[in-house]
Amino acid sequence: MKRISILEKAGAFAENKDVARDIRLQDILPELDKGSEVVLDFEGVDAATQSFVHALISDVMRKHGGSALDLMAFKSCNEEVRKIISIVADYMQEGMGPP
Amino acid sequence: MKIHIPNSAFLGNIDPFIRGFDPSSPETLEITANDKWIAIHPIVLSMLAALGSTLRPEDILCRKLEAKSRHYLVRMGLFKSLGIPSDISIVEHEPAGRFIPITRVRTSDELSRFMAEMIPLLHLEPGQARTIGYIVSELARNVIEHAEAEHGALLCAQYYKKSNSIRIGIADTGVGVKATISRSHAAETDLDAIRLALQPGITGATRREGGTEQNAGAGLFFIKSIASVNRDFFAIYSGSGLFKLLKSTSLKPRLKADPFEDRHSKEGDLPFWRGTAVGADITLDQTAEFSSLLDAVGNTYRAAVRERVKARYKRPRFL
Repeated sequence: MKRISILEKAGAFAENKDVARDIRLQDILPELDKGSEVVLDFEGVDAATQSFVHALISDVMRKHGGSALDLMAFKSCNEEVRKIISIVADYMQEGMGPP
Repeated sequence: MKIHIPNSAFLGNIDPFIRGFDPSSPETLEITANDKWIAIHPIVLSMLAALGSTLRPEDILCRKLEAKSRHYLVRMGLFKSLGIPSDISIVEHEPAGRFIPITRVRTSDELSRFMAEMIPLLHLEPGQARTIGYIVSELARNVIEHAEAEHGALLCAQYYKKSNSIRIGIADTGVGVKATISRSHAAETDLDAIRLALQPGITGATRREGGTEQNAGAGLFFIKSIASVNRDFFAIYSGSGLFKLLKSTSLKPRLKADPFEDRHSKEGDLPFWRGTAVGADITLDQTAEFSSLLDAVGNTYRAAVRERVKARYKRPRFL
């Protein structure tokens, strides 16, 4: 299992989509491709934009389908970050159709 | 080009200012202003700076400003951004807590640095700072990623003590909303394109539901939703189209996926703005909890996606 600190990579206001893309390509997808689990740790992150979260996880969900959410976990998210992640996860699944 | 800074131009009454813009002869810019008093929204300053960014300073003519409040233009960095001298003298103040002068953002990293500097400048409560930061980040990233704006995004913001609000303006001279949306969706007019761009899940990057790996088509919908829930103004002007979200009269406004179902005004035959200009007002007293806003945004977003997906279902043929 790999733990990724979002604070270390994107700061307390996580809004840089280029950083999100790098995390997705370099840290998340290689682990999920191996069938390993990833923990995205939002400890210390005050806010994240929907664009950041979309760039972070939407393509992972598209590539790995529903199992992406079995292998990815989101740690220490405040209420707002939690809701933004849920919005992105929901609309991706709505768009992809039933599992 | 000719542009006149009127006595008053805020989002509620910005239409005459826009109608007075003359985009002909784009190789020069002449700026005139009301002689008595100037009270303007940051979107006006951002637009002036964006126009100036396309020209050499020697091609910009700014008529002598007589208005008593002309020092405001200096303080907000207008002449500095245009690269032209000004004979207006002011006592410089630290901007902390009051305004963000005209700033140009061209790259993703520049924006991240700007965000880190901007939020402390506004001296806001953490929740309010998050809302403002959210809006600025999404708007500026739109320019960086979609506008093909050689001169970047020109943005500024001002805190208004009397109304306890932050007003934000951002403008670019890129390809405009119609060109970007038309890459994936049919939009006959600038107003059609603006309408699509404000809907959740509609992006010029793809027709596919859920967007691309980098774009969902949700940024403008989120911002319009923040303004709508807070009963604030939000305006977007691109090409010859202007959409303006008006203050809702309802105490608990319902979010709408289609901006034309919101309380709004629109115009489709304005002087052509090559690029996009956006203005937003955020009243801090009534800034709804961002968390409850997200619940409403999530529900509206899911419903809009579900409806679009359903609209594409094949229907059984009954013979």
